[in-house]
Amino acid sequence: MQSETRPRPVRFRGRSYLAFSLSPEPPIADWLADLDAAIDRSSGFFAGRPAVLDLGNTALSQSAVALLIQELETRDIRIMGIEGADAANLGPGLPPVLVSGRPASGGELARVAQEAQDKPAQKPAEQQGSLLVDTPVRSGQTVYNSAGDVVVVGSVAWGAEVVASGSIHIYGVLRGRALAGATGNTKARIFCRKLEAELLAIAGYYRTVDDLENGLRDRPVQAWLDGNAMLIAALD
Amino acid sequence: MAKVVVVTSGKGGVGKTTTTAGLGTALAQSGQNVVVVDFDVGLRNLDLVLGAERRVVFDFINVVQGVAKLQQALIRDKRLETLHLLPASQTRDKDALTDEGVARVIGELRSRFDWILCDSPAGIERGATLAMRHADVAVIVTNPEVSSVRDSDRIIGILDAKTEKAEKGEKIDKHILIARFDPARAARGEMLNISDVLEILSLPLLGIIPESEEVLRSSNLGTPVVLNNPGSAAARAYLEAARRLMGEELNVTVPSGKRGLFNKLFGRRAA
Repeated sequence: MQSETRPRPVRFRGRSYLAFSLSPEPPIADWLADLDAAIDRSSGFFAGRPAVLDLGNTALSQSAVALLIQELETRDIRIMGIEGADAANLGPGLPPVLVSGRPASGGELARVAQEAQDKPAQKPAEQQGSLLVDTPVRSGQTVYNSAGDVVVVGSVAWGAEVVASGSIHIYGVLRGRALAGATGNTKARIFCRKLEAELLAIAGYYRTVDDLENGLRDRPVQAWLDGNAMLIAALD
Repeated sequence: MAKVVVVTSGKGGVGKTTTTAGLGTALAQSGQNVVVVDFDVGLRNLDLVLGAERRVVFDFINVVQGVAKLQQALIRDKRLETLHLLPASQTRDKDALTDEGVARVIGELRSRFDWILCDSPAGIERGATLAMRHADVAVIVTNPEVSSVRDSDRIIGILDAKTEKAEKGEKIDKHILIARFDPARAARGEMLNISDVLEILSLPLLGIIPESEEVLRSSNLGTPVVLNNPGSAAARAYLEAARRLMGEELNVTVPSGKRGLFNKLFGRRAA
């Protein structure tokens, strides 16, 4: 029992990136001098690499922010977003305000920077380790593994979400959403013991509950990608 | 060892306040020292269900803010001397509760009572998370309806994340209490059945309270059903649920759709 998605779907994919965050401290002139000294020590460190400007420590006017960004641009630092400032205080010509950033460990940044220099076109690391969840995934919760599979021993409730860069295995009822291959892995699959899902997605191709065949509901199934069509088949 | 129990649900109107009053009364009847705390600041109801609305002088907010002493705000029940109420304020809102104030009051209550039952407001916002914050045990009240079960599932996730015990890496005891169960509608497939609810929420069952006019009538009279009509099915269900809460092992009986001859001839079905 298989079927194909009819219309060609448009792909929307979430993606997260690591970026440097610069936090100027007043007085700005002194801070820029310190920055120049740092750039002198390791020239080209910031070259072409996107950075985020964290204005949390400062209280700059709109024109001052614009001037600061110009100053940074003369040092070959491109600002892709602003953090720690109110969007209302920034004009339309400035980069967008970002929220909910998380600090990355120094090692992570260094590793990314290293990889970027050594092998610019390296394949994203996949299948590094699977994540085992032995409790039910409750409504409103998200389980996320960016480095491999997710295995859920219980059920996934309505309104819950399981996201994995690899495959997803659910040994209970899947009532929520399952997004496998979230970083673009088209080989990822979704397995569940009982299908009542709201949405299945693999590498950005998705199907909602409304375009599932009735014959597949409440049955153990697997889903995989064949080209750009998602196939779903019963396992029993 | 005092136990703090939060009675919560996510969804409104499922029977949290009735359950708090029912369990509190049943525990107090067995000789336990009980206080029921109304966390629904601004929309207080627990005083009405317990028939104490005309005796409220000071409230929870006054104690939290240090305006009144705990002793001044506690209302002792006229029928059961081991049952006490800490009423909510009707004129304030949930922002008047502070984290430190609630922690202090719960700490004081722990030293004086065996059971502290917290009646949570509906929702998943500040009022509800403050009510569950210090709980050792959670009673999740749910109706056998999809919307109620889904909201309960959400609140269980929050219980596992935002309570003090969860933050320390400990587990809090969680029980499902199914309220407003209508055997006739369940038999016709108009409601989720008990096994579906338990499978979805995967937690132990504390009891099943049948939908009945008796419960509504008792609430309106200001006398919990356990006191008003101890022989009724709902009262017996609350009494048994309280015994399970105290650690007794009792089988749960699913209310059957059969009604007595008298009811069949003269009874009106609750809506």
